[in-house]
Amino acid sequence: MIDVTINNITVSVPEGTTILEAAEKAQVHIPTLCHLNMPNVRYVNKCSSCRICMVEVEGRANLVPACATEVTQAMVVKTSTPRAMSARKIVLELLLSDHPADCLCCPKNTRCELQSLAYELGVREIAYKGEQSIYPPDVTSCSFIRDLNKCIMCRRCETVCNNVQTVGVYSAVDRGFDAVVNSAFGRPIIESPCTFCGQCVSVCPTAALTEVNHTRKVLEALNDPDKYVVVQTAPAIRVALGEEFGLDAGTIVTGKMVAALKQMGFDKVLDTDFAADLTVMEEAAEFIDRVKNGGRLPILTSCCPAWVKFFEHQFPDLLDIPSTCKSPHEMMGAIIKTYVAEKIGIPAEKIYVVSVMPCLAKKYEAARPELVNDEMDNVDAVITTRELAEMIRESGINFLELQDEEFDHPIGQSSGASVIFGTTGGVIEATLRTACEWLTGKPLNKIEFHELRGLSGIREAELEIAGMEFRIGIANGLGNTRTLLEKIRNGEVHYDAIEIMACPGGCINGGGQPAHHNNWGILEKRSRALYAEDQRKPLRKSHENPSIIQLYKEYLGEPNSEKAHALLHTYYQKRELV
Amino acid sequence: MTPNMTNEEKYALLEDFINQQENKSTSLIAILHYAQELFDYLPNDVQTFVAQKIGIPTARVYGVVSFYSFFTTKPRGKYKINICLGTACFVKGSDKIYNEFKKQLSVEDGEVTQDGLFSIHPVRCIGACGLAPVVMINEDVHGMLNAKEVAPIIKSYRDKEGM
Ligand code: SF4
Ligand code: SF4
Ligand code: SF4
Ligand code: FES
Repeated sequence: MIDVTINNITVSVPEGTTILEAAEKAQVHIPTLCHLNMPNVRYVNKCSSCRICMVEVEGRANLVPACATEVTQAMVVKTSTPRAMSARKIVLELLLSDHPADCLCCPKNTRCELQSLAYELGVREIAYKGEQSIYPPDVTSCSFIRDLNKCIMCRRCETVCNNVQTVGVYSAVDRGFDAVVNSAFGRPIIESPCTFCGQCVSVCPTAALTEVNHTRKVLEALNDPDKYVVVQTAPAIRVALGEEFGLDAGTIVTGKMVAALKQMGFDKVLDTDFAADLTVMEEAAEFIDRVKNGGRLPILTSCCPAWVKFFEHQFPDLLDIPSTCKSPHEMMGAIIKTYVAEKIGIPAEKIYVVSVMPCLAKKYEAARPELVNDEMDNVDAVITTRELAEMIRESGINFLELQDEEFDHPIGQSSGASVIFGTTGGVIEATLRTACEWLTGKPLNKIEFHELRGLSGIREAELEIAGMEFRIGIANGLGNTRTLLEKIRNGEVHYDAIEIMACPGGCINGGGQPAHHNNWGILEKRSRALYAEDQRKPLRKSHENPSIIQLYKEYLGEPNSEKAHALLHTYYQKRELV
Repeated sequence: MTPNMTNEEKYALLEDFINQQENKSTSLIAILHYAQELFDYLPNDVQTFVAQKIGIPTARVYGVVSFYSFFTTKPRGKYKINICLGTACFVKGSDKIYNEFKKQLSVEDGEVTQDGLFSIHPVRCIGACGLAPVVMINEDVHGMLNAKEVAPIIKSYRDKEGM
């Protein structure tokens, strides 16, 4: 152990600890900017490029960056000497001299780490007037916008995309003043193998990476008397939206969320959970069909569009193993514009479907040309949890005071199985609850599969169902997914079914969720809340959901029927790897 | 440059070279040097090829190529006219020579003349300040130049090529 004194507080820390980590232990705050540290998902960015964390060490002539300097025995550190404070301010002012100062209209206003730092360090004027880099923003994707003028070269996006997701879209390119984080050959993002998982957007401290905002589009639809606007909300929204209004992570705000959407004027407020139940029906049937008829195993879940795009680019030789199920919100859109339209007597052409998703990839997915029925898009607009919060604020709704309301019918019911779709392991657990009962013909004694739960990157379990052994795998985060798929491709491991989510932790950590402030604890709370919600539900299994039973009876026939295929399934295509 | 080889032959050589590397990703710079020797420059396709053969993202290869000034991503002429714009040459009027080359050949820096013969590359000091202003055309050094000599020099290379 090493003793180190920071601002007169002495702490003992193991060898290899940085000054920044020791300061945390001593409860001394050192401002940081490029630093990112979520080791359990390997979101660790230690490039030490920003130099905001400069501190003074006794006996050293120069200031040192706290995030990159390891402590030594009896080191004495001072973090708030006039010299350190002024150095930090100069570093920040230099960064700001090449930064467009349009905070008032910036999409990250009040949520930007650079802006907060300017506040924290008391910047009142930008003493340096430098040349400003001018890059045209990249607006080619449906998911996020890259505005490199706001890039501060912290390289968090590069770390996350390369090391965690292993997609490798970004690299630091060029040198000197022209240096910037960019894609290969500076090509627009749409021409890269980007999966649109949005994890780079989640960690970008500034507005260099922001979602494509669809709130205007949705407001216009709400204002259009000829449109019947139906909104659906994904499972992971209800455990995160509250954070935008100051509630603790994991607070379940389903009732308030529904009330807010009704006040905003949506004609129907539906729950994507219903479609998650529907996904379970279709996927469990597909799985059993492959098991019984010697189809190719493992079956891979397909409800995450970023994962879908990942395998289209990276594993085109495995295109036939994922389930052909559309993602739940696309299924929901297809059912709303057919079955629901008939039930409520509104022509499908008039219906405008808005999905509220934790996800940026769903924005891209909604624009995939094959996700249509009768030449109508299944989903017309996708907004994220953050955008929904923005619309609620803009509408002047006092969210915290809202009285709880219920989702609308006819497809308003959902099971606990569907709620856990929002966290890693949930989809496969939900599917197994149904598949097991179908295979054995008997009700499950134990419907919770604790062996499948947790947030670690790769998990597996062996289950015995109806006298057969099944090996189940779970991967979250695309790097973990790659590891697992390579093993399958090389024949090193065998699984029967695998659940895959592009975002580490699953949709609770989607690219459209409220900021996690580099705090893994927030994600754990969101995950726990989903399991709690499942437990609270009287219905726990998808195939027992009466709305689902009715839908098959009145409209679809059997799972995997021809009609079900036409509406609820899709196909994949090989994509270039540039 | 290896002008008598087809592109396919060049790619085959490059692939052999990559396969010989013990640690493919730490030899990236050596591989890119070799590729530039073969192709004379590093077009996007060659960078993508290198990335895929090594098994690293193309963006990383591009990052390295764009960082080091000795890699070039644009085709160059058979004769590369390196014009020194370092201090000593500049004081002696190398900018006039630079402009004269651009005028005579009607190209900007980094561009190649239509016949593929010449390209112009401003460079920093090449260490021949005694000969300022100095221009290197491939391996040939032309020192103490004035603008009037530019046209005859170009002509001498054209003559060599029978053009
Ligand atoms: S969205 Fe995901 S895949 Fe695309 S650049 Fe960002 S981190 Fe990489
Ligand atoms: S785009 Fe954002 S995350 Fe990436 S380097 Fe720039 S500021 Fe950092
Ligand atoms: S894990 Fe969820 S939030 Fe993340 S890309 Fe996939 S579907 Fe979207
Ligand atoms: S936070 Fe330490 S250098 Fe950026």
